[in-house]
Amino acid sequence: MGRPDRPLANNQRNTELFLLILSLVVVTGMSVAVQGSVLGEINLGALALPALLALLFFGAHVAVRFLAPYADPLLLPAVATINGLSVVFIRRLDLGRLTPDERLAAGVLGGEGSEALKQYIWATVAILGFVGLLWLVRDHRSLARFGYIALFTGLVLVMLPAVLPSSLSEINGAKLWIIIPGIGQIQPGEFAKIALLLYFARSLVDNREFLQIVGKYQTLKATPGFLFRAYAPIIGAWLVSLGVLVFEKDLGSSLLYFGLFLVMMYIATNSARWLVIGLLLFMAGAYSAFLVVSRVQLRVNIWLHPFDDPFDAGYQIVQSLLALGSGGLFGAGPGAGSPNLLSLYASTDFVIAAIGEEIGLFGLTALLMLYTLIAARGIRAGLDVRDSYGKLLAGGLAFSISLQVFVIVGGVTKLIPLTGLTTPFLSYGGSSLIANWLIIGLLIRISDAGRRPAKVKAPPLQLRDAPTEVVKL
Amino acid sequence: MNAPLRRVAIAVFVLFALLFVNLNYVQVVKGDDYRTSDLNERVRISSYERPRGLIMVEDQAIAQSVETDGRYKYQRKYPQGELYSHVTGYQSMIYSNSELEAAANEDLSGESDKLFVRRITDMITGKKSKGANVILTLDKEVQAATADALEGEKGAAIALDPKSGEILSLVSNPAYDPNPFASHTDQPQKDAWKQLNGDSVNKPLLNRALRQTYPPGSTFKVVIASALVDEGYTAETEVDAPLRYTAPQTTKHIENYNGSACGDGSVTLEYALQQSCNTVFSQLGVEKLGAEKIKEKAGEFGFGEKMKVPTDVAASETGEIPDPPAEAQSSIGQRDVRMTPLEGAMIAAAVANDGKLMTPYLVKKVESADYTTLSTTRDKTLSTPLTESGAEEVQKMMRAVVENGTGTRAQVDGAEIGGKTGTAEDGNERQDHAWFIGYAIVDGEPVAAVAVVLENAGTSSSNSAAIAGTIMKSIIEQRANR
Repeated sequence: MGRPDRPLANNQRNTELFLLILSLVVVTGMSVAVQGSVLGEINLGALALPALLALLFFGAHVAVRFLAPYADPLLLPAVATINGLSVVFIRRLDLGRLTPDERLAAGVLGGEGSEALKQYIWATVAILGFVGLLWLVRDHRSLARFGYIALFTGLVLVMLPAVLPSSLSEINGAKLWIIIPGIGQIQPGEFAKIALLLYFARSLVDNREFLQIVGKYQTLKATPGFLFRAYAPIIGAWLVSLGVLVFEKDLGSSLLYFGLFLVMMYIATNSARWLVIGLLLFMAGAYSAFLVVSRVQLRVNIWLHPFDDPFDAGYQIVQSLLALGSGGLFGAGPGAGSPNLLSLYASTDFVIAAIGEEIGLFGLTALLMLYTLIAARGIRAGLDVRDSYGKLLAGGLAFSISLQVFVIVGGVTKLIPLTGLTTPFLSYGGSSLIANWLIIGLLIRISDAGRRPAKVKAPPLQLRDAPTEVVKL
Repeated sequence: MNAPLRRVAIAVFVLFALLFVNLNYVQVVKGDDYRTSDLNERVRISSYERPRGLIMVEDQAIAQSVETDGRYKYQRKYPQGELYSHVTGYQSMIYSNSELEAAANEDLSGESDKLFVRRITDMITGKKSKGANVILTLDKEVQAATADALEGEKGAAIALDPKSGEILSLVSNPAYDPNPFASHTDQPQKDAWKQLNGDSVNKPLLNRALRQTYPPGSTFKVVIASALVDEGYTAETEVDAPLRYTAPQTTKHIENYNGSACGDGSVTLEYALQQSCNTVFSQLGVEKLGAEKIKEKAGEFGFGEKMKVPTDVAASETGEIPDPPAEAQSSIGQRDVRMTPLEGAMIAAAVANDGKLMTPYLVKKVESADYTTLSTTRDKTLSTPLTESGAEEVQKMMRAVVENGTGTRAQVDGAEIGGKTGTAEDGNERQDHAWFIGYAIVDGEPVAAVAVVLENAGTSSSNSAAIAGTIMKSIIEQRANR
């Protein structure tokens, strides 16, 4: 029997630590296997990279212990596993570009054009951002204040690449970057996703009761003002995502923003009518885009018939399928495939195909299970937390990760037309890594609030020894 | 809001379930297709990780794998460069293998079933499996002589041993250097590909000896003559030789070369072939043979056959031959009749070999890396287009061509040479192709059958006869030396 005036629940931080160690064992195993296969010898260097990663992840764990002690213990280890595999696998891709002699000289993270080194630095920045967020935001509800600021920031971030000249915003035909000459580039869309999510959550909480009754009363009292208030949000979101598609030629982000909005609207109102209206709008938009935007037509054609033009238009998806097929059930083994055949984008858009060749269906299944777990625990945080804003935010955040994984993995496996999105925590790239770690930071913050035991008041003393049961719940 | 949240969770599970199902389809159901797809460079890359077998001509390697310290362990080298390019082909990561490198890939790469036991023992003993060596039927002196004789010409020459079907030399000009294709980096391959494919006039990558068909022109008269021999004709049979011949159902007449007369209107069949009289063969093709018999005889000589030596050979064709005008034109090797230089050599070989056509082949045997013979190609009769006596008649006629007719430049001292020239029209715009097919018999033994085609060379079929003569001379010398 504990003391009734103190929270009783085990906060499961040690579970998190144990799982984190387990995830590092997986990452270390991958690192050792890659080294053995790529270098032909295994030395202590194979442990160096996991050790460096361990520093980061244990740092994050300590921060959670102090800043969000009741947080869900599964989220951090799941993300750490994926992020750790990402750095190790991107290192493997680096080595694949080198000759055997250069490989031996390349060390743990070095070598010419090492993406792994950059990815490790980005992971460090991302985890610092994660810790900073937990430190700054002690109560997720305080974020509700930033509704309009979030909207403004989100729209600016979304529109910036469209407004900037192509030389500062276009890479490989998609205008979704901000290129700072000589320094690098950021993908503002990744951050816009979070800002828009914060705005959706706030604004839907404010309007949810009105939006819930729209269906019942609109035919009776349909004044123009009423209709505008009812339909402006969904039409607005639709137009923004169409704008992203047309002006930034970015199918993936367009789909992501609108899908996110719809799901949050559904969570807020529990009314399927918004889903139906949204899907109709989506289909109308997609069909017009197909007719008008040649890039969309091309993408659909490639999706349906990639093998018609295997050396040019269909090249990437064909190579992706060949890599996945060559991996088969068990994979070629870490380091034993040929992922460098997968065009220049093996470390970004096609990372799933690249790693899929080496870890096979079993490995990819495990990897996708981790994403499922992250999404499930994110939604769980929403179920646990007591305020509407938190529920909506958690639902949106968790769904954003799932939808992004679905769109890109579905794309590279030819389930749906290919659109360029990063695979959260796995793809090479700073913007994506930082933004997704911030999302995990928010989910951990919300799950902490949801699982934190309510302050239990001690029952009145005089009842303690009362002979009859007077309180029945 | 918990109810919709739970439903969103279900939706997320459904999305992931779709991904799982699709991944199963891609990696397992379609996995084998993708793994072994021609587009999959992994298949080829794995063959750079162990030594590939040699391609040998006598004691000389014309394709070998050398160890490198580059990206992959082994690199293919072609020490003879252009000389054997259309025999070996190339091994390329980007453009996939060609010619023998493709056709004999299973042996060369060591994946052939013949090497199964060896692979197992290699696996147990931990040795790296090596590919099998492929030993060719080519003669290196004859190959060199053929290439020399054809130097500077656009065309092809191929020589057979009529008794066995062994290919003794195979040259297609212009040739190319296969070495850049074996590079481990993309650029040299792409540069070579671009340059060679960019040359649409000379088409150096085209194997003219095996895969280009040309109208055979007058060389096809040997097939017609053989069909006539079946009908009871002999070299001495007197035949009608008008100045011009007009087939039924047409007003267009066929003339002899330059409109010249063929004898005095009635000549022996031997004379008609010797002087290559178009009117004689057109008339006999229409009036004595007809489409069916022409097609049948051509078929017996190998027309219509899609052969592998083991390199792919284009099928030679007679076309439909629907009516008498077509019969008249086809009988002199025009209209839709097309043949490869190999087919030309096969016709000469069958005539020389007493009417028996041997299946041509390029691979004499396959040996494991430690020189144990794994398989030997046996001589095979493909068909018998002529009886022994019939072959003798056709030989007589072909001999007359070389002794007194259009093919005198093919003569070789000390050998009995028979042949047939051909000038084949290639459309109206371009110059004609100059053909020669012929054979050499020494001491009653057939020793060589040769076909030479010079593309768009005009009426210089006597040049092709001279080239064929050089090649046959070289074969006879090689035989004497042995």
